[in-house]
Amino acid sequence: MSIATVSTDPFLGRLSLDSLPFWQMLQHPTEDNIINGCIATGAASMVVIGAIVTVTLLTKYRLWSVLWSDWVTSADHKKIGIMYVVIAFVMLARALIEAALMRGQQAFGLDGGFLSPDHFAQLFSTHGTIMIFFMAMPFLTGVINYVMPMQIGARDVSFPVLNSISLGLTAAGAALVMISLVIGKFSTGGWFGYPPYTEANFSPGVGPDYWIWALSLASLGSTFTGINFAVTIYKERAPGMKLMRMPMFTWTALCTAILMIFAMPPLTVATAQLALDRYLGFHYFTNALGGNMMHFANLFWLFGHPEVYILILPAFGVYSEVISTFSSKVLFGYRSLVVATMAIGVLSFTVWLHHFFTMGQSANINAVFGIASMLIGIPTGVKIYDWMLTMFRGRVRFTVPMVYSIGFILLFVLGGMSGILLANPTVDYQVHNTVFLVAHFHNVAVPGVLFGMIAAYHFWFPKAFGFRLNERWGIFSALCWIFGFMLAFFPLYALGIMGLPRRTVAYTEPSYVPLEWVAFLGALLILAALAGLLVQLWVSIKHRDENRVFVGDPWDGRSLEWSMSAPPPEYNFAVIPVVRGRDAFTMAKEEGVAFQLPNAYANIELPKNSAMGPVIAAIGFAVAFGLVWHIWWMVILFFVVAVVTVIVRGFARDTTRIVTADEVRQEHRRWLSAVAATTAVSRAQECGPANAGLALHRADGVVP
Amino acid sequence: MSQEVIKHPGLNLGPTHGKDNDAAERMMSGFWVFMMSDAILFGMVFATYVTSIDATAGGPGPHDLYDIKSVFIETMLLLTSSFAFGMASLALKYKHSMTRLIGWLAVTLVLGVSFLGFELHDFATMFAKGGVPTRSGYLSAFFDLVPLHGLHVTAACIWLVCLVGQIARYGLDTMTKLGIMRLALFWHFLDIVWIAIFSVVYLAGLT
Amino acid sequence: MSEQGNDYSDQWELKQQERREFRSYVWGIGLALLLTVAPFALVHWAGIPRFPLLIVIGAFALVQMLVHFRFFLHIGFKQKREDLQLILFSTLLLTIMVAGTIWIMASLALRMTMPASP
Repeated sequence: MSIATVSTDPFLGRLSLDSLPFWQMLQHPTEDNIINGCIATGAASMVVIGAIVTVTLLTKYRLWSVLWSDWVTSADHKKIGIMYVVIAFVMLARALIEAALMRGQQAFGLDGGFLSPDHFAQLFSTHGTIMIFFMAMPFLTGVINYVMPMQIGARDVSFPVLNSISLGLTAAGAALVMISLVIGKFSTGGWFGYPPYTEANFSPGVGPDYWIWALSLASLGSTFTGINFAVTIYKERAPGMKLMRMPMFTWTALCTAILMIFAMPPLTVATAQLALDRYLGFHYFTNALGGNMMHFANLFWLFGHPEVYILILPAFGVYSEVISTFSSKVLFGYRSLVVATMAIGVLSFTVWLHHFFTMGQSANINAVFGIASMLIGIPTGVKIYDWMLTMFRGRVRFTVPMVYSIGFILLFVLGGMSGILLANPTVDYQVHNTVFLVAHFHNVAVPGVLFGMIAAYHFWFPKAFGFRLNERWGIFSALCWIFGFMLAFFPLYALGIMGLPRRTVAYTEPSYVPLEWVAFLGALLILAALAGLLVQLWVSIKHRDENRVFVGDPWDGRSLEWSMSAPPPEYNFAVIPVVRGRDAFTMAKEEGVAFQLPNAYANIELPKNSAMGPVIAAIGFAVAFGLVWHIWWMVILFFVVAVVTVIVRGFARDTTRIVTADEVRQEHRRWLSAVAATTAVSRAQECGPANAGLALHRADGVVP
Repeated sequence: MSQEVIKHPGLNLGPTHGKDNDAAERMMSGFWVFMMSDAILFGMVFATYVTSIDATAGGPGPHDLYDIKSVFIETMLLLTSSFAFGMASLALKYKHSMTRLIGWLAVTLVLGVSFLGFELHDFATMFAKGGVPTRSGYLSAFFDLVPLHGLHVTAACIWLVCLVGQIARYGLDTMTKLGIMRLALFWHFLDIVWIAIFSVVYLAGLT
Repeated sequence: MSEQGNDYSDQWELKQQERREFRSYVWGIGLALLLTVAPFALVHWAGIPRFPLLIVIGAFALVQMLVHFRFFLHIGFKQKREDLQLILFSTLLLTIMVAGTIWIMASLALRMTMPASP
């Protein structure tokens, strides 16, 4: 019925040799087992080798203490932001390889292909789970973490140690997903894990448990992050930074935070109830004894829909910043953008049923949610017009972030339109669960979320690390992404209408084959794009001295984060600025007060480092791993440790340290003299070595 | 002198507490936001319960299992504990003696633990009648909602004991005061959830 | 620790405020007791038909929640705007999510009744 049908060792739970990826292959060497076993072992090896290489490098260069004291225990929002983005990139690489494998399988799918259905099912489950929870969420959390406090003129978020804990929980969830490659298997139930398939009687293995606990860890982290960001934006703004003077990216960060706070609870309930069903034999979603699987679908999508707006809103914020900066023009229609963002936030809670139009409720209910789903396209449309009008008659430069933004505007609109099509229940009945749907959500997620995050990475990288990224490799990568995406996903619209269901390992219809091959080519182009990003990073680091932008304003930025050195000092602002309008830094530059010596410096209080983040990460991972493998002593022990840790933390009192006014003065003076010694550059020289981070401004206001 | 600015939900410390009052705004607002997300969590579990009432699968239902007397006693215990915590909050704000503050906290704890005792007894009685969570969807939903509240109350009681420990160690410094204030918010919030539980689960179930 | 403040009148102001806040709690528990005993009594003794009784129980619960908000949590319209907005927004979302769930599940229960299972 529930657990304990598999024999469990009191020490190892249900861990056994069978959990290793090559064991099946060795025990029963059929052709199928060997192919799948090799691929699985190859994947596991990458994890193991990656871990070994990392440990070796850290030991060789004696970086362990630096890693611990400067990064892992840091409560600095900038460091935490960078670590989030690092997690995102690592998980992106894995999920893209999985995607390419799936596209490859389907290219050969007419004859059955090379992957077993079970393996294919794990691939689409991990691909979706990783992309949403362990790539996109960490990426946007990292970017907001880094940028938002600086944009509002604050020194850090409201709850710095909680920030570190959120990072730890996300990392623990990601680690759980990674370890599932090495030990055991992942869920085959897709990224939304519908019961009754994921109940204990149909999926007794460890897969759904990995999924449940990875999601639980990540969603707990996101809830805390949402609270942190919302309170920060409400309570930590610099004097004069009224809500309607905040940069657009901060507005989207605020709405994202609010969505995180309210959307995560339904997921927590759904996964907890599924866990209770699986572990203790409850009947929330079972077939028998009064369970109802629609409860899960309802709860999951109550979370799932706001979740996709959590993903897209920060990207919208990035595009606002990028487009106005690289058009050297004030953002068009600020007020309408704010209203549109808030409207999207509220409306995102009124449309969730469109994810299960076909599941049996009345046509009236379908109609109401269908209309709501169409309405939510309106504020998004407003935003697109605002961005286009920002570019109109601006001094547009086609830098890498701008290329991604233009790709976004062209491609996202198509994805949005396919969404409006799907919002009509009648249409949805035809294409629900086909790859038409897959094409739609990738069409909004890739050009929307992913391009936005990569644009953000290029845009703020110089601020974070003090040197610009290589422009040529960036353009190469961007073009590979844009064309790769089109090749990989546009055929899926046609395939969906032609009847190919989603998540299908193989098919019998020969007319699918050419389209599948085009899609596979697109996937390869996307892998080239990923490679391009890696090469770009390598080349940029190699040539970093020629591209330094210490003054900190390489793009002639408009908001406060550009008003500091690159990289910024730990405390961000030497003196908290007083804000008098929107685009606060542009205002200061135009009035000639951007690089002023302050009257006086004061001591600055910063949070001390804390081991809470890594400790909670380790405990979270241990509890989750124990739950997955039924290692009960591990669960109980580490749960108790968790409670004790939280209680002990409650007794902590000495949690801040002081940076003296003298240190601040020294660092600030050093930067100001660098500013004075630097030649300002025009926008034409923006991507060249002459750009040391100081922007040329003409008295007549024309952009040079 | 005009009414003080209300910086955050719950009893504000007021200007007599100096910089503690300023520090409170961020902490209390953050905790209040956390309560709102907890409210949504409970809301979803309530929704599951309400839509599972008929899923008794031939097993015992509300009329077989609920004991109105016990629920009434639990309600009275929790309500008076809320009042007791209010008195503790006043003792904190108006800087009364430590004995008074800890006294009222102790009363709160006793009432809270008694509540839990009665509730556990209720569950034991239900089990004896065959009302176990593995019996039906309705019972699973019941045992998600009511023990979830009970776990929150348990956590609150543990937190209270820890706070008394912090008072013993540090006296009433900023963090200890903020801890007491957050627990106050939590305690009142739990009483509000209980109103929903006794109304939606017990009273509605017994009509 | 309660030595005289700056002014005798400051002390008196403080005392008045404490009395006001104490009364707030007394009113709170008084009203809450009434609003609790009433629905319990109605359910236990009165022979009121089911549906109206459910509405009455719901109404008492809602009012008592407001009593707790006002008298125990001191939440009113003098709150900082963002805290009030948060509560109202949370209430709106809670209503949408719970009401939506009930509407959907009820429709499904009507249209997708499973055959009786053991």
